[in-house]
Amino acid sequence: MLNVLLFVVFPYVALAIGIVGTIYRYLTNQYSFTSLSSQLLENDWQFWGSTLWHYGILPTTVIHLAGFTVPKIMAALHSTPEMLYLAEVAGKILGIMALVGVGILLYRRLVSSKVRTVTSPVDWIVLALLFGQVLFGLILAFGYRWGAAWFLHTATPWMASLATFQPAPQYVTALPLAHKIHFLTGFLLFALMPFSRLVHIVTFPTSYAWRRLQLVIWTRRKAAQ
Amino acid sequence: MKIRSQVSMVFHLDKCIGCHTCSIACKNIWTDREGAEYMWWNNVETKPGVGFPTQWEDQEKYHGGWELEDKPKNPQLKLKLQNRLQTFANLFSNPAMPTMDDYYEPWTYKYGDLFNSPLGDDQPTARPVSRVDGKPIDIKSGPNWDDDLSGSNIYAVNDPLLESMSDDDKRRLFSIEQLFYFYMPRICNHCLNAGCVAACPSGAIYKRAEDGVVLINQDKCRGWRMCVSACPYKKTYYNWATGKSEKCILCYPRLETGQAPACFHSCVGRIRYLGVLLYDADQIPDAVRVPDEQLVQRQREMILDPNDPSVIAAAKESGIPDGVIAAAQRSPVYQYVKEWELALPLHPEYRTLPMLFYVPPLLPVLNSTQENGAQRVEAELFSSLEKARVPVRYMSRMLSAGNDEVVLKSYRKMIGVRIYKRAETVGDVTAEEAADALAQANMTAEEAEAIYRLTSLPTYQERFVIPPYSREGDIEEIYDPQQRKAESGFGKSQGAHRGL
Repeated sequence: MLNVLLFVVFPYVALAIGIVGTIYRYLTNQYSFTSLSSQLLENDWQFWGSTLWHYGILPTTVIHLAGFTVPKIMAALHSTPEMLYLAEVAGKILGIMALVGVGILLYRRLVSSKVRTVTSPVDWIVLALLFGQVLFGLILAFGYRWGAAWFLHTATPWMASLATFQPAPQYVTALPLAHKIHFLTGFLLFALMPFSRLVHIVTFPTSYAWRRLQLVIWTRRKAAQ
Repeated sequence: MKIRSQVSMVFHLDKCIGCHTCSIACKNIWTDREGAEYMWWNNVETKPGVGFPTQWEDQEKYHGGWELEDKPKNPQLKLKLQNRLQTFANLFSNPAMPTMDDYYEPWTYKYGDLFNSPLGDDQPTARPVSRVDGKPIDIKSGPNWDDDLSGSNIYAVNDPLLESMSDDDKRRLFSIEQLFYFYMPRICNHCLNAGCVAACPSGAIYKRAEDGVVLINQDKCRGWRMCVSACPYKKTYYNWATGKSEKCILCYPRLETGQAPACFHSCVGRIRYLGVLLYDADQIPDAVRVPDEQLVQRQREMILDPNDPSVIAAAKESGIPDGVIAAAQRSPVYQYVKEWELALPLHPEYRTLPMLFYVPPLLPVLNSTQENGAQRVEAELFSSLEKARVPVRYMSRMLSAGNDEVVLKSYRKMIGVRIYKRAETVGDVTAEEAADALAQANMTAEEAEAIYRLTSLPTYQERFVIPPYSREGDIEEIYDPQQRKAESGFGKSQGAHRGL
């Protein structure tokens, strides 16, 4: 019963809150979508914290998502021992980068009174959860090696079962506690997205890659001059 | 020819008395909010001096503006800050972000302590506290910390523009008998090739086609702060409380109702002029790629004569309303910038095509070779322009990308006007000398008279020729005016809060 609650109901609820909430917030309060940077107030630690964190967590997240969505390609990518070893090392390096990064971000927020001023309660919650999430991710990486391989036979089928609305929590319920915490925190963070600054993830400015550099807008005329 | 109109500005530095009224008018209306206290959309600097934020002109430090590729054939313009790819790479930590220390930490005083302190032997004091975290601070700088301190070996000596000056000029600037200074009010230049617009990853910054005002869409801004770095004038600011960037909006709500912007309206010295310029937008790509010394001239060429029938026809073709064309024909800015060539853009070498122009300061008229300071204003001053106390080199470094001749031309005209009027009103200069001065400045008596009139005796309507706006057609008819009234200036009924 508890397993159904945690690994079937909770993920669906979290996803629903995350997606519906973020869309609702975008439609009703786009003004609140910002990175809420505090670099102006503290710039010594910010570079190391933010850079390490984002450069570590972004590839890690993309690899996780790829494991869910294109497991066959991911399996093919580490089909040789050398590649599996490479995946293992790369994953650990990225994870450590993210952990150090989020640690620095947590530290600067704790010690700089200016940055503390612009920190809301939900900022603290999110930051602590992210730190814990990466920490548990690394515990899994070091404690249960070759995650690139076992991931595809535990988390992936579970996620696939959720995606196809034929939930099969048995893929993950037998796993150790550390795994379960990592999974649940992941969904919790997703659910927190519309209530926190995490919404800045969806505003990644991809269009800057191709947009015209100068923007001139007529108030009423649609056809740009 | 694609003609656009720009509400453009001239600041006559000779008339600025450095009272900071403009700054306060702006502050009271727009930036007296949490997160915006440290912003001065309008500020007044003492030059030579470090300015605000400190040493903003040092682009090796701040990486603002554009630079031309260093190759002989078809060089392209690039943001000095970063290219598109680097923008993504640097998204998480802005590489050239000024910190609050480069501006100053805003503060207030604990006035309550003056009233609430217990009875004692000591006079109670109101200690300064930070307006960011509320902690007591030791005030170390402010927005005009080096006010009137030109010649100071602590402050003015750090002026980035002094680097290119000769030792002799530098010595003059720092000797007590000969030092000079002037005030330079600065607002957003509402550039044609704005660095902030180009650098914004979110595409939140845009130029209004109707009047050329550069604005940040507060809904689209995601707080990446690239505009803060890319603006070479450091006129976009990051609001640390709301997590959005903000900048001078040229008081567009005032413009739209026919009033001059607050800083213009309140200017005590009446140094400010505002009017429409018509320009050819097709020429922008060429105008920003000419060598430094041609930048001012090329920018002037882009600005079109609003009385030329072919320009009027082309402007109508481009959709510019008749009322705006009529305003352009009466524009004082057109006269200063194009007709008389007196007003110059600030740091054209940043290649953003700033549309705020400065008439360089003539004062003090005293000659640096004079010993006792007393001197008759006369034709001879004209020949000694190069020895005047304002080193031309300093002004050209600031207003013409190092082209001395452009600045000298402007000065010759101003001195010409002075000599001409001196002959007329005081009479200690002969008519021949005056005529000679005008000839040297290459202008007619009518022009001198017109410059004199617009400089010294302009009415409010002559200084500010605001084009007619037709906002009644621009605002959605379904938009309830009562709702509009309740919004907080950003068009947001929620109010401008940080995050959720």
